[in-house]
Amino acid sequence: MHIAEGFLPPAHAVAWGAAAAPFVIHGARSLIREVREHPESTLLLGASGAFTFVLSALKLPSVTGSCSHPTGTGLGAILFRPPVMAVLGTITLLFQSLLLAHGGLTTLGANVFSMAVVGPWAGYAVYRLLRRYDVPLMAAVFCGAFLADLSTYCVTTVQLALAFPDPGSGFLGALGKFGSIFAVTQIPLAVSEGLLTVLVMRLLVQSSKGELTRLGVLVAGAASARAGERKAVAR
Amino acid sequence: MKRSTRINLLLLLAVAALAVLPLVLGLGDHKEEPFAGADGEAETAITELDPGYEPWFSPLYEPPSGEIESALFALQAAIGAGVLAYYFGLRRGRRQGEARALARTEPEHGPAGEGAGDESASRPRS
Repeated sequence: MHIAEGFLPPAHAVAWGAAAAPFVIHGARSLIREVREHPESTLLLGASGAFTFVLSALKLPSVTGSCSHPTGTGLGAILFRPPVMAVLGTITLLFQSLLLAHGGLTTLGANVFSMAVVGPWAGYAVYRLLRRYDVPLMAAVFCGAFLADLSTYCVTTVQLALAFPDPGSGFLGALGKFGSIFAVTQIPLAVSEGLLTVLVMRLLVQSSKGELTRLGVLVAGAASARAGERKAVAR
Repeated sequence: MKRSTRINLLLLLAVAALAVLPLVLGLGDHKEEPFAGADGEAETAITELDPGYEPWFSPLYEPPSGEIESALFALQAAIGAGVLAYYFGLRRGRRQGEARALARTEPEHGPAGEGAGDESASRPRS
């Protein structure tokens, strides 16, 4: 989903930057507050960022015959709410644009908006909705991570179609063209990301029950993860 | 093998299968350059849609070769995997330590085992 350096016209680059900036600033505030109020969560925050680092470095082959990579933002969004992921996702994107020439500084705003803002919020919204209707924890986590991943690439598709409408068929034509490159390729990868996020969440349920209870992922006082899966808890 | 370990391994196996199947089935064969990056394909699509478009900014630093680039990608994955492994290792070690401390204090102080177990659990961080 990385739009390459210089590949968005200046006006688009500035607009997406302006759209993403408030989310990142708000996210930085919530991140600082989280660390200050709950220093014990620093480690898990680091682990969530690390998950994004690993997954966005994994380029996987897909059914369309091209390669793409997951984003890893769903996990952190479910654990710490989406604002925090705006910051962690931006750090990952900065690393890739500065060291790997992957993405870029002029397209950072657009890439942050898709991967670190829309992805986490879409994934988190689906996760919360499913939990409200008593969907089991792991099923909700899978759907959340799947959608965080896929929605990121859908936003990239829209961003590129807006910047480069097809001369003949206009915005919709370009949407189809970029969609077949990004969104279709991403479907099996989003499934992979969902499965990996479920795996990490299972390990967290085993190892960090206290922390997950504090974050509202598991229900307080639940005897087991199974019992914790029955009720969504408001945060 | 424990049931939960089996499920975890199955999850990993499913991810591996999803990654390997497109290769095995030769789904990239119809392309000039099979399994190229989608990001690069988007760049090609842009130049097709708008042949006059010139990127107006170039990366400040570009890895000089594919080898250096893949090394940096590996570094990124390694940093992430290292931090994740540290987290889970630390958690596991703490739990084992707590269990051991609890087992040691139990015969002397009765079942409460307040001392060591709670102390390490409430330690803010290390």
